[in-house]
Amino acid sequence: MAVTGRYLGMTLSIADLDGENASYFRYCAQGELRLQRCKACALVRYPPGPACPWCARSAFDWAPMSGRGAVYSYTEVRHAVQPAFRAHVPYLALLVEVDEQRGQPSEHDAIRMIGNLAMPDGALAPPDVVRTIGIGSRVRIVFAPAGPELAIPLWTLDAAHAGGTAPWRYPE
Amino acid sequence: MTTRALACWAIRNAMQDAGLASRDVDGVLAYQMGDSVASPFVAGDLGIRPNFFMDVQGGGSSTEALIGVAMGAIEAGMCSTVVIYRSMNGYSQSRVGGTGRAEAPVTGDELHDRAYGWRSPGQSFAPTFMRHMYEFGTRPEQVAMVRVAHSKHASNNPKALHRKRVTVEDVLASRMICTPLHLLDCCIETDNATAIVVTPIERARALRHPPAVILGVVGRLCKPRPDMHFQHGPITTAAAKWAAPRLWSGAGVGPNDVDVTGSYDAFTFTTMLQLEDYGFCAKGEGGAYVASGAIELGGRRPNNTSGGHLCEGYTHGVSMVVENVRQLRHDADDSCPVRPDGRRVHTYDYREGGCRQVRKVDVTANFGWGTPAYGSALVMSRDA
Repeated sequence: MAVTGRYLGMTLSIADLDGENASYFRYCAQGELRLQRCKACALVRYPPGPACPWCARSAFDWAPMSGRGAVYSYTEVRHAVQPAFRAHVPYLALLVEVDEQRGQPSEHDAIRMIGNLAMPDGALAPPDVVRTIGIGSRVRIVFAPAGPELAIPLWTLDAAHAGGTAPWRYPE
Repeated sequence: MTTRALACWAIRNAMQDAGLASRDVDGVLAYQMGDSVASPFVAGDLGIRPNFFMDVQGGGSSTEALIGVAMGAIEAGMCSTVVIYRSMNGYSQSRVGGTGRAEAPVTGDELHDRAYGWRSPGQSFAPTFMRHMYEFGTRPEQVAMVRVAHSKHASNNPKALHRKRVTVEDVLASRMICTPLHLLDCCIETDNATAIVVTPIERARALRHPPAVILGVVGRLCKPRPDMHFQHGPITTAAAKWAAPRLWSGAGVGPNDVDVTGSYDAFTFTTMLQLEDYGFCAKGEGGAYVASGAIELGGRRPNNTSGGHLCEGYTHGVSMVVENVRQLRHDADDSCPVRPDGRRVHTYDYREGGCRQVRKVDVTANFGWGTPAYGSALVMSRDA
């Protein structure tokens, strides 16, 4: 059975044949971030896919991740292109570098995931919260329910692990 | 007009410019993104019987790559003269990001981007540009100078869509689309078709105009893991860094030999980043380089002298190669006076509405951008 859901008015669908994405989002629906870990080289990868990007082998298992990281880069979208997001501007698309496997297998490599800034309940963050986040902000994962077997992973401010330095923001 | 009619119009003009009849052309190459006519229909409309045709999927970075493919097809003996075209109703039919169309279901891998409202070219490239600002201190007012320069060039191009000169303040005061891209940091959406003719040099020398000689090409050259630009860093480096050694060694020239560049300006930042990674300045100094005046008419190495995708019109790269051919022929179609024999008398007065021909042009370079992770390039020279 295809995995289907609804999120912000968008219809979501993962085909039966797409086992990697179906598994990834089923874990999300259970409140877990799991990524594929290669059985040959033990490195984790993202986004989900059929082969290890580092050693090209195919066997893997699903490794649980801490779901914590820091904003590596971002864009603050003020003009939505997709109709579903028009009611949510400004919103942040974050590139989050997760804590595991930073600088592996080589210096500039890391697991960096795209996702929106959200509130702890999974709702997209309002403008006053959007304005507080930038490169270096500590974030943790949250999940927005989108169907019985599907949730969208998003990121919220991780107050418990906030660093001492102010995040870098686009100068305005 | 349909993309079929547009394509015929552009190719007919290119053949006429070259002095070629339909029977002289036997290869057709086109690229598109599921938004255009297939080339056999266009060949039929033009009376061309192809010995070779191919319709390739892709957008930016296709132009230079297909020029290399055309050279290969000719050398392989598959055909003798190739037209390359791109025909798109980029404003009236298929707009960037799909504006105006109903939202299609989000499926499979799209759950990792479209589900986050992160899909348009500007949204997709923005984290690369923002990280460049963070790591190297690149300033919005520096990069805005790309738009300033290209608008200056467009003001001397009677065919450009946006001919009004703008200032850094105009760029920064235009509304923010997604940081760091203001409206005027973004290219325009355009209905158009553009075409290029590629033929062996001996044949080209017998045609109407002095040929632009191809010195070197790289086509859709990739970073390591082009599918994982953000996971396999540094994300502030474009494919240009990997393309540069192959391009310059293949062409037998280096950045200092280049008189005019055509660095793809889907956004002000793409021009800046590519000029940096092809070696026109040190890594991280692209902002200072584009703000220095070097890329403007009258500067050391003007970029996109037609106004480019930011001002002339968005053609997925073809127009930037066409413009460098004009520069090499010393025949930029500006407002300078034309003699009775048809030759334009260039004044090199680059004030608004004036000349856009660069005084000395021996070598040009084009840098096509697909994404930060892959790109194409082309070096051309005057015929010695």
